[in-house]
Amino acid sequence: MGWLNIYAAVYNEDHQSIMDMTQRYGKQLIWILMASFIAITVLIIDSKFYVAFAYVFYAVVIVLLVAVLFFGKEVNGARAWFEIGGFALQPAELGKFVTNLAVAKYISQYNFKMHRFKSLAVLGMLIGIPALLIIAQNDTGSALVYAVFILVFYREGLSGMFLFWGFAAAVLFVLTLIWNEVRLVGFLIFASILAYGIVRQKMKEVVKIVVIFAAILGVVYLFSHMVRPGWSTAMILYVATGISIFIFIIYGIRKRIQPVFWVVLFFVSSLALSRSVSFVYEDVLVAHQRDRIDEVLGIRSDPLGVGYNVNQSKIAIGSGGVTGKGFLKGTQTKFNFVPEQSTDFIFCTVGEEWGFLGTSTVIILFMILLIRLLFLAERQRSRFSRVYGYGVAGILFFHFAINIGMTIGLVPVIGIPLPFFSYGGSSLWSFTFLLFIFLRLDASRMEILR
Amino acid sequence: MVDSNAKRTYLIAAIFLVVAVMYLIRLFTLQVVDTSYKLSATNNVVRRIVNYPARGLVYDRKGTLLVYNQAAYDVLVTPRELQPFDTLNFCNITGVTKEELKEQLQKAKDYSYFKPSVIIKQLSAQRYAILQEQLYKFSGFFVQTRTLREYPQKIASHVLGYVGEVNQQMIKKDPYYETGDYAGITGLEKSYEKELRGKKGVNYLMVDVHNRIKGSFQNGRYDTTAVIGENVVTSLDADLQRYGEKLMQGKAGSIVAIEPSTGEVLTLVSSPTYDPNLLVGRDRGEHYLALARDTLNPLFNRALMAQYPPGSTFKMVNALIGLQEGVLTPYTRYACHYGYTVGNYHMGCHHDTVFTLSGSIAESCNAYYAQEFRSILENPKYPDVRQAYDTWRKYVMSFGFGRTLGTDFPNELKGFVPSSNFYEKYVFKGSRWRALPIISLAIGQGELGITPLQLANYAATLANRGYYYIPHIVKKIQNENIPTRFTERHYTDIDTTQFPKIIEGMEEVLKPGGTAAMSRIPGITMCGKTGTAQNPHGADHSVFMAFAPADHPKIAISVYVENGVWGARYAAPIASLMIEKYLTDSISSGRKWLEKRMMEANLLEPKKPKKKAPAETETTVSSTTNKTPERDTVPPKEIAVKRDSLVIQEDTIN
Ligand SMILES: [Zn+2]
Repeated sequence: MGWLNIYAAVYNEDHQSIMDMTQRYGKQLIWILMASFIAITVLIIDSKFYVAFAYVFYAVVIVLLVAVLFFGKEVNGARAWFEIGGFALQPAELGKFVTNLAVAKYISQYNFKMHRFKSLAVLGMLIGIPALLIIAQNDTGSALVYAVFILVFYREGLSGMFLFWGFAAAVLFVLTLIWNEVRLVGFLIFASILAYGIVRQKMKEVVKIVVIFAAILGVVYLFSHMVRPGWSTAMILYVATGISIFIFIIYGIRKRIQPVFWVVLFFVSSLALSRSVSFVYEDVLVAHQRDRIDEVLGIRSDPLGVGYNVNQSKIAIGSGGVTGKGFLKGTQTKFNFVPEQSTDFIFCTVGEEWGFLGTSTVIILFMILLIRLLFLAERQRSRFSRVYGYGVAGILFFHFAINIGMTIGLVPVIGIPLPFFSYGGSSLWSFTFLLFIFLRLDASRMEILR
Repeated sequence: MVDSNAKRTYLIAAIFLVVAVMYLIRLFTLQVVDTSYKLSATNNVVRRIVNYPARGLVYDRKGTLLVYNQAAYDVLVTPRELQPFDTLNFCNITGVTKEELKEQLQKAKDYSYFKPSVIIKQLSAQRYAILQEQLYKFSGFFVQTRTLREYPQKIASHVLGYVGEVNQQMIKKDPYYETGDYAGITGLEKSYEKELRGKKGVNYLMVDVHNRIKGSFQNGRYDTTAVIGENVVTSLDADLQRYGEKLMQGKAGSIVAIEPSTGEVLTLVSSPTYDPNLLVGRDRGEHYLALARDTLNPLFNRALMAQYPPGSTFKMVNALIGLQEGVLTPYTRYACHYGYTVGNYHMGCHHDTVFTLSGSIAESCNAYYAQEFRSILENPKYPDVRQAYDTWRKYVMSFGFGRTLGTDFPNELKGFVPSSNFYEKYVFKGSRWRALPIISLAIGQGELGITPLQLANYAATLANRGYYYIPHIVKKIQNENIPTRFTERHYTDIDTTQFPKIIEGMEEVLKPGGTAAMSRIPGITMCGKTGTAQNPHGADHSVFMAFAPADHPKIAISVYVENGVWGARYAAPIASLMIEKYLTDSISSGRKWLEKRMMEANLLEPKKPKKKAPAETETTVSSTTNKTPERDTVPPKEIAVKRDSLVIQEDTIN
């Protein structure tokens, strides 16, 4: 199915020969044949082999990732490919399943405890090293995939707080970018007071706090108005908040109310995080990364510049309607309105030619696959297989969410492929390895692998 | 093995599902609810029409239009939309043969079924009008308007350059271009491409199956408007340029004239030239091939790229260096006894007298400069000849020789002033440096290579008494200032106080007894210098440089006439006519005969059929490396150094 879509995306009546090596779909067919070969090989090999050689694979791929920095071919500003006889091999793609194997092997060790410092440090390194090497190749998108391992760790006992704080940090990140400072600080004050209220369950106290805070704010406002007219609204808010926090802490110490300190800590750390986000955003991110995020958040709209791909992709998908224009009938994708359509924007072709029926089918099929993977993972007797299974599901989910999200304008443009759909041998192989190793592990699920 | 974390599966699954449901909702709104993204239900297609803006116009310094645009119409076809049509009718309307049409259609299909390709280029306006009326009969075809350059004055082809289709390299370098776009390939069109081209616009139009335009796509949301190119005023004087091209008829060579007070190029003639209109339109390729095959190499811009030895015009450089270094004064005397002889070395000349500085310039005495140049190289100030040579070279380079000047002409060449390493490698080869083996530099011969543009800049430097402005062709750009590097003075390493000492001699060149006395313009004091550039492939080249009027110079000029033998024979009269024309706008009746003779002179046919290849540094190097070391051993008479001063007598006899 994925192959048919690539065929449609680059279809051209002059090249009737499907086997034409110069065409992308011709190449993709060869990739598919080789992938089938890989799948069969993977299934034949004993599952103990993967456990035994997990670290070796990992080491080999790390070496390749380092080598590609020096000997790789540069394409679109990313030095990430080895070119071998007309086919491009991307080691970053292989990084995913070997990292998954290594993580599974480490977690399945006898005596493994998630919350030991050493465990967290080793796991952090296992996913951090390939991620950093891939960032060094200027391919930040592919590196982000490694963040998904947090789901795996969560399943294996990582505190839910990590997940929660990760989510909260993400929300804060977005809010920092789309809201101005005053609004953000206001929101944090509101959230802090609300949290305090929920913990303390005392309405009177909350009302008192609000009144005191409002009074302090009023005094500071008047003070600034008469003595220091140059103060900005944010400055006034900061001063008022600072005084309030001071009073609040004294109040907490006097009455020995512990939640006071937690709420203050929450407020201060959130604020610090938000400030550092805007610093990272303005000073660390490269302009085009910033532009892509801005575009999705609607901070700036530029349909012919940065937003061009996304807009064209939305038009292509939107023009598909309910049933689509039919296989090979898409005009938007044919006219190359959508750049990169056979790689990262392949979902456009689905949307345009098969309509909503096609897109929803793809999403539902993906969901069935992912949920099924989760439950397959859960029924494994050996911890290695289970961790690996979760890794597979997580990685596939991440690609699915980011790739489709970007074609419909919900996620910034990050160039990562849609599993089993996008053109590209490395990614197809990598997903084949990823999935079929798990199937092989599943076949021997009754054994304890270590 | 049951563990307490097993339930966490559900949370993870829930996260997956939430994302999936969000996406489904989004897709539902995009594809089903929101109709703004939908094209109409029929087989409508979106056609991308590029609006090519008119390129900027080009004027001369007095406002004469040099380049404008004419409309041209390209017929394009999208193979997928083709339907059976009356080919005979189509061929009649467009004037192509059935075979051509077939071939072009096949090419278009080979290229792409979905993307349009041009099948007929530059249709005339009349044919376009008929085709437009009947276009509904020809599904899949459409017409795109673009503009072509037209050159009403038919002059200055080398300065203006031409416009051509972009190649893959250019597309790679600048993403603005797409296949089929036009861009400046040479000359001004290339240097000021960014200003002249404007900005393309794009319209997306909805077209139905009957090839009718139904309106703009998405109300023109994705359309961009074209921006017309900026106009450029050049510093060229069209009248002078035309006159120069006329004078150079039948001769190979070049004229470069500069306004010394600004560095503006007034005239740049490279002869033989061609009508710039030849490289426009449908027959461009054919004409280009014919020009490229021409043995006289009309596409080669001699003014910027030919590198000749400067000959005796170089003597003032040596004089100025001598003055600056303190080895020469205006009263320094050197004798000439039919040349300069040391041991068995002899450099020929034709005086038997003693000269001071101005006389040596006026009569172009070789012996004077041989001795003067020796005094520079053997200056006791320096430990050896090599270091004296390095100093000398530094002075020479400060005149703009041996390096590019940084003009706004593409393809400007450096010329050649040998480094001391060069002589060490090919001449001295480890032996002690002496002045004699390189003494031909004294009279601008030997290994020197200088372009006509550099020579003209040198004339402008002398006219300004010590500085120049980088020569440039642009005077004004519509919305921008000209680059600041064109408005800064560049001083040579010679003090400005030294210059007046040589000017007197240059004035005498055109007075009775001077080498170019015949080219004197009544009523105008002109300073000049004749020269002869040695040519190992045939008759020597005639060289002349000048500026006028002497006191407040308005024009500085260099003229090269290939195979013109002596500076005074062709180059000096041509330069004087150019100056007279520019300063007085006419030629005085007493000099009409000279004008006639210059225009009618034809040096192209009887000479060697195989022309000298564009003077490349390499050929100069290889030919001289063999020759130079032998000089000392060759019998004196054979080193015939060209004699400028005899020319007067010869020419007056004629
Ligand atoms: Zn002499």
